[in-house]
Amino acid sequence: MTSVMVSSPYVSPSKSLRQLMINVIIGLIPGTLAYIWFFGYGVMVNIILAIAFALIFEAIALKLRDKPIRPHLTDFSAVVAAWLFALCLPMNSPWWLVLIGIGFTMIAGKHLYGGLGFNPFNPAMVGYVVLLISFPKEMTTWYLPEVISGDSLSLLDSLAYSFGFADIQQWDALSSATPLDQYKTGLTQDLAASEIFQSPVFGTLGGVGWEWIAGGWLIGGAWLLISRTINWHIPVAVLVGLLIFAIGEYISDPGTRASPLFHLFSGSIIIGAFFIATDPVTAATTNKGRIIYGMMIGMLIYIIRSWGGYPDGVAFAVLLANMCAPFIDYYTQPRIYGSQDKDE
Amino acid sequence: MTTNSEITGSGLWTSNVALVQLLGLCPLLAVTSTVVNGVGLGLATMVTLIVSNTLVSLIRGFVRSEVRLPVFVLIIACVVTIIELAMKAFFYDLYLVLGIFIPLIVTNCAIIGRAEGFASKNPVGASALDGFMMGLGFLIVLAVLGGMREIIGFGTLFANANLMFGEAASALTIVLNADYGGFLLAVLPPGAFFGLAILIVIKNLIEERKVVASVASDSLPEAT
Repeated sequence: MTSVMVSSPYVSPSKSLRQLMINVIIGLIPGTLAYIWFFGYGVMVNIILAIAFALIFEAIALKLRDKPIRPHLTDFSAVVAAWLFALCLPMNSPWWLVLIGIGFTMIAGKHLYGGLGFNPFNPAMVGYVVLLISFPKEMTTWYLPEVISGDSLSLLDSLAYSFGFADIQQWDALSSATPLDQYKTGLTQDLAASEIFQSPVFGTLGGVGWEWIAGGWLIGGAWLLISRTINWHIPVAVLVGLLIFAIGEYISDPGTRASPLFHLFSGSIIIGAFFIATDPVTAATTNKGRIIYGMMIGMLIYIIRSWGGYPDGVAFAVLLANMCAPFIDYYTQPRIYGSQDKDE
Repeated sequence: MTTNSEITGSGLWTSNVALVQLLGLCPLLAVTSTVVNGVGLGLATMVTLIVSNTLVSLIRGFVRSEVRLPVFVLIIACVVTIIELAMKAFFYDLYLVLGIFIPLIVTNCAIIGRAEGFASKNPVGASALDGFMMGLGFLIVLAVLGGMREIIGFGTLFANANLMFGEAASALTIVLNADYGGFLLAVLPPGAFFGLAILIVIKNLIEERKVVASVASDSLPEAT
């Protein structure tokens, strides 16, 4: 037996990238199941299409860059990015929408910057924002939860719909604004919050269905924390950042403002806080920096929701905070043990 | 002494204003949402370049070097004002579309750059040719970029050609796909950055191929 010379670092990371990504996928499952339960197979079709396209784009990009294909495809990072991207899309999105979005996610968001680990922006959010500003009609065609509409699409219907074989007009009756959309429209019409919440799309905490989905993300987020896939700093800071504004506004004007709980459980706050903002590549890396970074995202989400043009702002908030992450890291470097301050 | 073919080559390709010098990006990125807009601004810039280069070259013997830049700027501003008024008179609709970017040609670095870098040191003929070729290089990039963004963004080509060439030119408009919903990103500012980046990549790829080919053809390294 020969002893092998090993150079530093001697402490190997406890988890491989692949293990981390598998943990994230496990964490995504409860919320995704709730999403499919309330909104039908359209959600599943989106996810499967996105993952398939993502693997194809990833393989093409790796081939063009002369990188080994198999290890990168099997680390599941493309799957996670595609999955998160697909969850942002309206259910039953046409296939070309998924294709374009994933194209931007994998090529422009990831490989143009040098691949996994080098991208300054969260790739899934890049793809989503490209679609959001390019295809406003397709990206705002949401459907009522099936418990309200009483109508459900079979898996075949959903597939036919995504690939353009089914007539779009046929299902138009099912489309609806999201709860956050309705809330925002109501506010612009000077309705009181209690009047806005008369609409059947609102449940106890957030929108009907949406609150359960948010609960699913919360369970997944707890798993990520327990399995030490992520640290608590970013998700907690995001929620606190949002709540500072939401509670402040609610106290000052409870008549027209939604309760902080509504803000927390509608839209994509929870998934954003636990799954999207915590992307280790694009987030700040020091603990103090993570708190600043998370607070910034939370506050930006509330600002965009309340005073911006879009009903929800997780993607924009995350991208803006991504831009600031290197800057935050620069100013929050911990003091190296034993070193002296400059002034002394 | 630079030959005419060198001037042509540098204007259209080796030091193309848009692809190599990356000057005048503000109008380039802002107005190239369609071919017609691009060509309209490209023509205005080209005329400015020709006239300002000619005038600067004519007076190059009289202007003291301490005051040359203000003088060049005055000349360019006069030329641009003339063009602006002319466009207002003859192509009013196109003028409305291009708006502030016509007077902003004054600040286009490409024009003062050619005045300072070429016209103030070269005879009139060469300067006028340089202005024409630099302007043509810029015009071609504007037109190609405008075409790319128009096809992707709107699914049409040569839309609104009547703004520039009169009513008869409405027939020029090609609608590639009537059902096309449009890809807004291409029309918005990010599309211009992506488009220009793609054009620069293509240009650099062609250059690289040329270098590889020339290296392959002279297998014997030159003694240096």
